[in-house]
Amino acid sequence: MSDFTAVSTAEAPGPRAGRPDSGPRSLAGDAWRDLRTSKVFWIAAVLVVVVLLMAAWPSLFTSADPRDCVLARKNAGGSGGALFGYDFQGCDVYAKTVYGARDSILVGVSATLIAGLLGLVVGLLAGYLGGWIDALLSRLVDVVLAIPFILGAIVLAKRLSSDPESNGVLAVIVTLGVLGWTTAARVMRSAVISAKNQDYVTAARMLGAGPARLMVRHILPNAISPFVVVLTVLLGINIAGEATLSYLGVGLKGDAVSWGLAIAEAGPYARTVAAPLVWPSVFLAATVLAFIMLGDAIRDAFDPKLR
Amino acid sequence: MSDVVLETRGLVKHFPARRGAVRAVDGVDLHLRRGETLGVVGESGCGKSTLARLLVALEKPTRGEIRVRGEDLTRLKGAALRRARRNIQMVLQDPYTSLNPRMTVGAIIGEPYDIHPDAVPRTGKARAVQELLDIVGLNPDHLNRYPHQFSGGQRQRIGIARALALRPEIIVCDEPVSALDVSIQAQVINLLEGLQRELGLSYVFIAHDLSVVRHISDRVAVMYLGKIVETGDHAAIYEQPTHPYTQALLSAVPVPDPRLRGRRDHIMLEGEVPSPADPPSGCRFRTRCWKAQPACADHEPLLEIRQRSPHPSACHFAEIRDVMRRF
Amino acid sequence: MTDITARLDALPGLDPRAPLLQVNDLHVEFRTRDGVARAVNGVDLWLNPGETLAVVGESGCGKSVTAQAIMGILDTPPAHVTGGEVLYRGVDLLRLPETDRRGVRANRIAMIFQDALSALNPVYTVGFQLAELFRVHRGTSRREAKRRAVELLDQVRIPDARRRVDDYPHQFSGGMRQRVMIAMALALDPEVLIADEPTTALDVTVQAQIMSLLAELQRQRDMGLILITHDMGVVADVADRIAVMYAGKVVEEAPVHDLYAHPGHAYTKALLESIPRLDFKGQPLSVIRGLPPALTDLPSGCAFHPRCAYAREICRLEPPPAYRIAPQRITSCHFVREVLGV
Repeated sequence: MSDFTAVSTAEAPGPRAGRPDSGPRSLAGDAWRDLRTSKVFWIAAVLVVVVLLMAAWPSLFTSADPRDCVLARKNAGGSGGALFGYDFQGCDVYAKTVYGARDSILVGVSATLIAGLLGLVVGLLAGYLGGWIDALLSRLVDVVLAIPFILGAIVLAKRLSSDPESNGVLAVIVTLGVLGWTTAARVMRSAVISAKNQDYVTAARMLGAGPARLMVRHILPNAISPFVVVLTVLLGINIAGEATLSYLGVGLKGDAVSWGLAIAEAGPYARTVAAPLVWPSVFLAATVLAFIMLGDAIRDAFDPKLR
Repeated sequence: MSDVVLETRGLVKHFPARRGAVRAVDGVDLHLRRGETLGVVGESGCGKSTLARLLVALEKPTRGEIRVRGEDLTRLKGAALRRARRNIQMVLQDPYTSLNPRMTVGAIIGEPYDIHPDAVPRTGKARAVQELLDIVGLNPDHLNRYPHQFSGGQRQRIGIARALALRPEIIVCDEPVSALDVSIQAQVINLLEGLQRELGLSYVFIAHDLSVVRHISDRVAVMYLGKIVETGDHAAIYEQPTHPYTQALLSAVPVPDPRLRGRRDHIMLEGEVPSPADPPSGCRFRTRCWKAQPACADHEPLLEIRQRSPHPSACHFAEIRDVMRRF
Repeated sequence: MTDITARLDALPGLDPRAPLLQVNDLHVEFRTRDGVARAVNGVDLWLNPGETLAVVGESGCGKSVTAQAIMGILDTPPAHVTGGEVLYRGVDLLRLPETDRRGVRANRIAMIFQDALSALNPVYTVGFQLAELFRVHRGTSRREAKRRAVELLDQVRIPDARRRVDDYPHQFSGGMRQRVMIAMALALDPEVLIADEPTTALDVTVQAQIMSLLAELQRQRDMGLILITHDMGVVADVADRIAVMYAGKVVEEAPVHDLYAHPGHAYTKALLESIPRLDFKGQPLSVIRGLPPALTDLPSGCAFHPRCAYAREICRLEPPPAYRIAPQRITSCHFVREVLGV
């Protein structure tokens, strides 16, 4: 290597910005380094962990039994035993809210995962393969989207929860998942289409990269951001959707406890006593917000341009 | 000629359109010798970018052959095609979109080795990537940075390093400097020339900028509506053009010298390039040509050496006109 | 409404004998999350009727921002004009009320852009968009406006204008679209036309057509033309004077012949030497090392000094003053003598 190496090096100084470099790094590694310094991430993460703990081991947070309701305590205010007071049936609002986390989170997260998985697969295939497969899948999305949500959900949930023994959780999860994936699929499809036409995908094809590498290494990482946003929003919709279904009588049943049920039950009495309505709502809102913040923070961390 | 590394015969690419077909590339024969640069020039819609994509097997031709070292690229599939790709790589036009924004520079330049594990040099992938960075004039310590941290010229260097990774003999450069600023263009052109000398590369250099093509090319092919209309060594094309289109094209290129104002041969062409979906019959340039005769509509002129054209020219009335001379 | 023209003729301070357009010490900065980008740092320009001033430079040199500041079409935020004046016939446009500014924009100073497709509204025919200008600014009747639209399309050499006036922008080819945009810009007979990279997206044969059309229209109308471009070739063919910009400053200004024959700034000289030439093959191109500076972090002294072959200590320490080296020549280079070779 005679003079050209020397000449060309002299012509091109380093990048304008950046950290000192050490060994090879990956996008995930860089994302984590970035997340560790993000306040939003830590606030969201702490909230999510608390809610998850609440869902897994409610007894860590309260010793009271949410089903121990005494009509004599009806609408009583907060006291040492019951932080948020009692509802119109004399149940401990705090305990109900804590115990309600489990089914709400279970339904919300599971339904979102089902919808996300369906949306991801359908959107990725439709967008990447194109042609008649795209046409077919896109029409399928249109058909599902055309079903009125409430009507479809009532029919589906009723059909799925015919077993009188079940508490309806599985039925609600499947119902919300099966009806809720369409937006995610649409967003995924258009993001995949715009990513697959990028020059860097062309460059990888030219190197001989197969479809799996193209999708996993090049298209998916660049198409995932809008999808993640849709999912975080969908999580909130699903937690609220469980409440709607429960209120309509096709959701959770028996002695199930959830934020949705609690909100539905407390609604009519809200003028007399607000706490049974307010607290599950606050928990629900905080949970949804925490997941959205978490999604945003993770999405930003995986975008090197924002660093 | 044993030193021909790349050759196309009757290369045709038609894209299906609503009615008929867009005849993007319509019968192209060219060859590239070891260590030389073939410039391909033409205006938008002439098919030069489609030609580039055909050469690196991104598109399947409708007809014709692409022989790389004697092997027909168009018949290869699967593992054989992947192996053949190692020998012919491309540098893309836009350095801002041709690098995956979510991969580090190290991962981008190292990806060829992930796809072709048997191409990793004995010294190991990490070492190879650093060497490539060094060769293209970037700091080898920058492999953990992301593309957006680099300027356009530096990104194009990254793209060049990626194309070099598999040690190809042939590199197709599709408008590699047209997205860059003037002062950066020169850096990248010099780099490409240096690499050619050092590594014995052969280039197909596709560009619309005739000045850049003249600078870098040994031979030049001029394309118009999917066909090569004139080809020859750079002196023949630039100093003794015989096809009216080449002459018009050359005369339209502005030269950074105000003393030539009004002292150059200006041929002002009428109208714009017709649609490749519906090209004129016979000679495709006849609709804009000042020499056109009725015969031009009936007989398609072949690309061949003619009485008044010492190099191949696809014009019935080919004749030397030095449009570069000064009055 | 003819009162727009009347109002523009009665602008306070309007002096028909004052220079057509004069920009003094213009400063523009962009305030962004990543800091303040100083895009224009004290630009001086002037333009006479019938004259072509080329403003050349590489991307990020501030040439387009200068044009947008003159037109008053910068987005604020993030852009802020932080100093200087833009005098049209003695009236400082920067201090004009927005309504008058709008009037000046359409009637006195017009602009065309690189991307004609996005500058035209896709949902209206080009005839409607042209006629709209006459109807809004001149109060012309529908019929008359349409007639003048056809006339204008004819003037910019669109074949079969009578029929094409009812076509939509996407039905025109790139070159024809650029002609439509020129027609729109010239509709209200402006005195100044600013063309921002008008032919960059076009093929060379079409570029030649457009440039000759612009030159001809300019001659007919005795219009001042500011041509903003990075292409030193196009400039050599059409400009009377050239202002070379680097890092938000005009580093050299000169009549076109002088600039190419004897560049008076190290940057101009290096730029001219790094261009591949059509008319001879030439050897390895000479190169300007390094990169244009980041506008958020401009080098001290002369902004070109880190890339300059002539640079010495003083270039790092002191911004070069503007030297008047000939009646119409100004250059800001500490080593102007060495660069000129005198």
